[in-house]
Amino acid sequence: MGSSNLRPRTAMAIWARLGFVILLLFFSATLSTALYEDQVGLADWHHKYIGKVKHAVFHTQKTGRKRVVVSTEENVVASLDLRTGFIFWRNVLGKNDHIDQVDIALGKYVVTLSSGGSILRAWNLPDGQMIWESTLPVSTPSKSSLYVLANMNVGKDNLILVFGGSSIHALSSMDGQIVWRKELSIDSLEIQQIFQPHDSDIINAVGFVGSSEFAVYQISYRTGEVMQQSKASFESGFCGEASLVFDNLVVALDASKSSLVSISFKNEVINFHQINLSDLVPDFSGKVTLLPLKFNGMLAIEIASSVLLLRVKGPNELEFVEKISHPFAVSDALPLSKEQQAFAILQHDESKIHFKVKSDNDLRNEILQETIQMDSQRGNIEKVFINNYIRTDRTHGFRFLVVMEDHSLLLIQQGEIVWSREDGLASIVDSTTSELPVEKEGVSVAEVEHNLFEWLKGHLLKLKGTLMLASPDEVAAIQAIRLKSSEKNKMTRDHNGFRKLIIVLTRAGKVLALHTGDGRVVWSVLLPALRRSETCGNPFALRVYQWQVPHHHAMHENPSVLVVGRCGHGFDAPGIFSIVDSYTGKVQNSLILEHSVSHIMPLPLTDSTEQRLHLIIDAKLQAHLYPKNSDSLKHFFNEMPNIYWYSVEIEKNKIRGYSLESKAEPDTAEEYVFQAKELWSIVFPSESEKIAVTATRKKNEIVHTQAKVVADQDVMYKYISKNILFVATVAPKAAGEIGSATPEDALLYAYLIDTVSGRILHRVCHQGAQGPVHAVVSENWVVYHYFNLRAHRYEMSVIEIYDQSRADNKDVWKLVLGKHNLTAPVSLYSRPDVMVKSQSYFFTHSVKSMAVTATAKGITSKQLLIGTIGDQVLALDKRFLDPRRSVNPTQSEKEEGIIPLSDSLPIVPQSYITHSLQVEGLRSMVTIPAKLESTTLIFSYGVDLFFTRIAPSRTYDSLTEDFSYALLLITIVALVAAIFVTWALSEKKELKEKWR
Amino acid sequence: MRSSAALFNPPLLLLLPLLLFSHLLNRAIAADLRSGDGYTIAGRVKLGATAKESGLPAKLTNIKVILNGGQSISFAKADGYFSFHNVPAGTHLIEVAALGYFFSPVRVDISARNPGKIQAALTENKRVLYELILEPLREEQYYEKREPFSIMSLMKSPMGLMMGFMLLVMFVMPKLMENIDPEEMRRAQEEMRTQGVPSLSSLLPRSN
Repeated sequence: MGSSNLRPRTAMAIWARLGFVILLLFFSATLSTALYEDQVGLADWHHKYIGKVKHAVFHTQKTGRKRVVVSTEENVVASLDLRTGFIFWRNVLGKNDHIDQVDIALGKYVVTLSSGGSILRAWNLPDGQMIWESTLPVSTPSKSSLYVLANMNVGKDNLILVFGGSSIHALSSMDGQIVWRKELSIDSLEIQQIFQPHDSDIINAVGFVGSSEFAVYQISYRTGEVMQQSKASFESGFCGEASLVFDNLVVALDASKSSLVSISFKNEVINFHQINLSDLVPDFSGKVTLLPLKFNGMLAIEIASSVLLLRVKGPNELEFVEKISHPFAVSDALPLSKEQQAFAILQHDESKIHFKVKSDNDLRNEILQETIQMDSQRGNIEKVFINNYIRTDRTHGFRFLVVMEDHSLLLIQQGEIVWSREDGLASIVDSTTSELPVEKEGVSVAEVEHNLFEWLKGHLLKLKGTLMLASPDEVAAIQAIRLKSSEKNKMTRDHNGFRKLIIVLTRAGKVLALHTGDGRVVWSVLLPALRRSETCGNPFALRVYQWQVPHHHAMHENPSVLVVGRCGHGFDAPGIFSIVDSYTGKVQNSLILEHSVSHIMPLPLTDSTEQRLHLIIDAKLQAHLYPKNSDSLKHFFNEMPNIYWYSVEIEKNKIRGYSLESKAEPDTAEEYVFQAKELWSIVFPSESEKIAVTATRKKNEIVHTQAKVVADQDVMYKYISKNILFVATVAPKAAGEIGSATPEDALLYAYLIDTVSGRILHRVCHQGAQGPVHAVVSENWVVYHYFNLRAHRYEMSVIEIYDQSRADNKDVWKLVLGKHNLTAPVSLYSRPDVMVKSQSYFFTHSVKSMAVTATAKGITSKQLLIGTIGDQVLALDKRFLDPRRSVNPTQSEKEEGIIPLSDSLPIVPQSYITHSLQVEGLRSMVTIPAKLESTTLIFSYGVDLFFTRIAPSRTYDSLTEDFSYALLLITIVALVAAIFVTWALSEKKELKEKWR
Repeated sequence: MRSSAALFNPPLLLLLPLLLFSHLLNRAIAADLRSGDGYTIAGRVKLGATAKESGLPAKLTNIKVILNGGQSISFAKADGYFSFHNVPAGTHLIEVAALGYFFSPVRVDISARNPGKIQAALTENKRVLYELILEPLREEQYYEKREPFSIMSLMKSPMGLMMGFMLLVMFVMPKLMENIDPEEMRRAQEEMRTQGVPSLSSLLPRSN
């Protein structure tokens, strides 16, 4: 104890820590926080999405399940139930494997063409199992199309034609074998269309050669032999767009895009007729495009935000039918019978959508005309797919599958929305959270249990469940009670901080608030500023931040979020700024900035109305302060000398650090603009290094203890700095994918850089290692994942950094005698005295994303969240990545919880927080601390959304859901009863004693 | 099981286009012999006869086969076959993502100098594969198993301990008191009377 007296501070810390460690050890006897199967859905939810639909094919002919097969921009091919919109099955292809086209062959296979026309796959229609896969040798990347030949002979193998550039492949639809392949031996031939005249063994291919020649081929269906070919040139040239109108007539646009050219071909004779657009449309001007409407005798052209329907009567005779103004959508042609075709035109008129279906019998009039009301938050209509059914009175009814501007998918039938899917959620760009409103007085707590009897019955059931005595019916009843509990879905703040709003920003520019209880959409808003308009042609969403979080001064106000976007893809495009109320989704403010947005810095400062200060740094390295008011400026000026920032220029291989300086005169508009002053720069040699990844600590991370007590009662001080930047560079030769480099070429450097001084605190080299690198920084450590080419396995390394300069402060005598260095001047220029520990381990899987858990006070031990290539999220205790692990830890180290060293990190299946689910297309995991210190909320998103809460060290601060109150009550009752019984007995006995 | 796989399936090794014995192969692979650049890796995923505990036969739906950490993704067919085309020479990594199973990644070496020579080995345990038949190392149980009801587990719980202690006091203490020397007993009762509180606990230390 004597030595402890000498160092009271340390000793106390040690005891506190020790107590805590024991406590933790007690609670975290097992390292994983596993889930029982009957707990699924209690704290977690999983929503499946598919993304924005590109193509859709209906499958409704047969009796039984009616479905629609879709392919999406998220590279998903899926089969949806036409009645409900539920997913029967879906397959998510690789990230570069974009789907070009989808179709159904033989009535039982879904065929997808992907990767620029080079991969053709067939999927079983009922269950999505891949049947065959075929790789086509595509020499030049060109637009490829799929043509499934119509059922010629039922039951016989049909051919699937894939054409692109100058080649045509015919594949068997049974097994994907290439039956024949034809390379039309003309340079720069672009096949535009392939079609098959009725009941013939010949297919026709039409295309352009270069920019001025038109070619027609007749090819044998069976062998691919060219039966007939002809070419003709047209002096004013073509622009490459064409539309097939009849079996022997094609309409194309000429090179100047001012006139239409009708091309008729018959028996090797090709005739051109030029038709000036100005003859058809008097007030014609602007850009013209041909719409790919495959409709007999009909042509649709788009001119200056309106569409013209033209009827083709003959090679040189066009007739104007109708003009539809923007916004609109036109469906492909749908064959109703052998002779009859129909197509749909949808026109958006403010909040209404007008549906018109026309058939080729009578173009002037409509078969069907409907109008429905549409939620304005879905934006304009973008695409429509049409399908028909036979009504009981033998007339045709139509279904419309509609894709909206916010990427949502709707099925409309008989003027009503049958179902809708919020598929914009498959492309989340960024997310933030918002607290729910506080429960107001007078608002009664929802009655969960009606009376004591019900309550007790419920708990008895639960007890039975935990004791495994429940019958299957009772298990179902327990599950129902648990899921029904409305507690988790309430719209008010809860004591534990589990109920929140997750505010997400999607690529379509829609902001949605999801409730953490069940993931339902509380509100959604399609931001007007992020919609295509005349001032901003190509907007896209960047980030979402918390703008105002009232808790002291502006309690009556709702919190709000800031959405930042950019007008176009260049870094110098003007920025977009929108402020949205977190409770209602109302847009409070929206503006297009005068400057660009290249970097956004939320500052740890708020103005008097609790609006968070944000610095927006533009492409010219000027920092703009928001909100623009004098109050924020005042707060900012106080903190300005402490604001440093850095920029990573990957293409220049450079990292630069800056501070800010003010040059503007007060009381001008320039007042809120600051100049960047370059402080330092680090240039990596481009011949040997290339920046692969950078990572920093989360800005809002809370560190509870600055010191770490090690086994021998010693203390190590963590080097905790908000300004640590982790940078990984790889050798340029090994910058590509795995398999492209040899171990000798590969090198990976890991740097720890102080972003204020630009000093490199630590640098380590991994020989024979290459990317992709994923890194996460927290407290005083970095964990990064990379590929080790020598062992040909993935590796994870941990670097922990400790402050040596404070190591001497443990001695209380020095403090008393003033020999400590606490008052020693801390200088930017003095080299920080740090100690670094690191260790590496093998890890089995490829990683898509990494994150670390965060809790309210930072006391709870940390877990790494690893999004694996299999789209699962693994929680791995940080204790497995402790550089102090050794093969034989000493007794005291074991007590501290150090795990004996193993060469690879364990993958315990129970520690997958996604349990038996997959977050398809996983992109990111977000951790949100709950109010309860032990618990952290995790929201992971990709194509799917998954939310759960985990307790990295078990819920040591609250009873679990499983806690059986009934058992506690029974025990207490039994104890009380026993007390009375024994009391009575002892009384009796005493009486007897007395009588004796 | 492993040997049976070798018996019933054609020797599906990692293949080079234009291999002479291509007629032995599954047709989808044979169809692609003309592709000039790169090699073809073909293999098979087998979940084996170890059906899941639920008794359902192992189904091969939605099994992804991933080359080089996501460079390209293929799917296993109903019979488990998969293939990658146009793969350049070098050392590659194949992973299998199948829910409920743990697969080891496979290192695949395609020799550039010696065309056709392809080697494969599991990276987890360095086992060399002579044919590219990928089998899971183990099944994965994502849920904790509920312990079946047992008296012991009830006893071990805090409440069980409380009950246990109470029962002990109820039934064992009177027995103990009976065995107490009458002299001692009287003294104790004397004391009790002076204290005025009849408590069993005051007897306890004395009885020892």
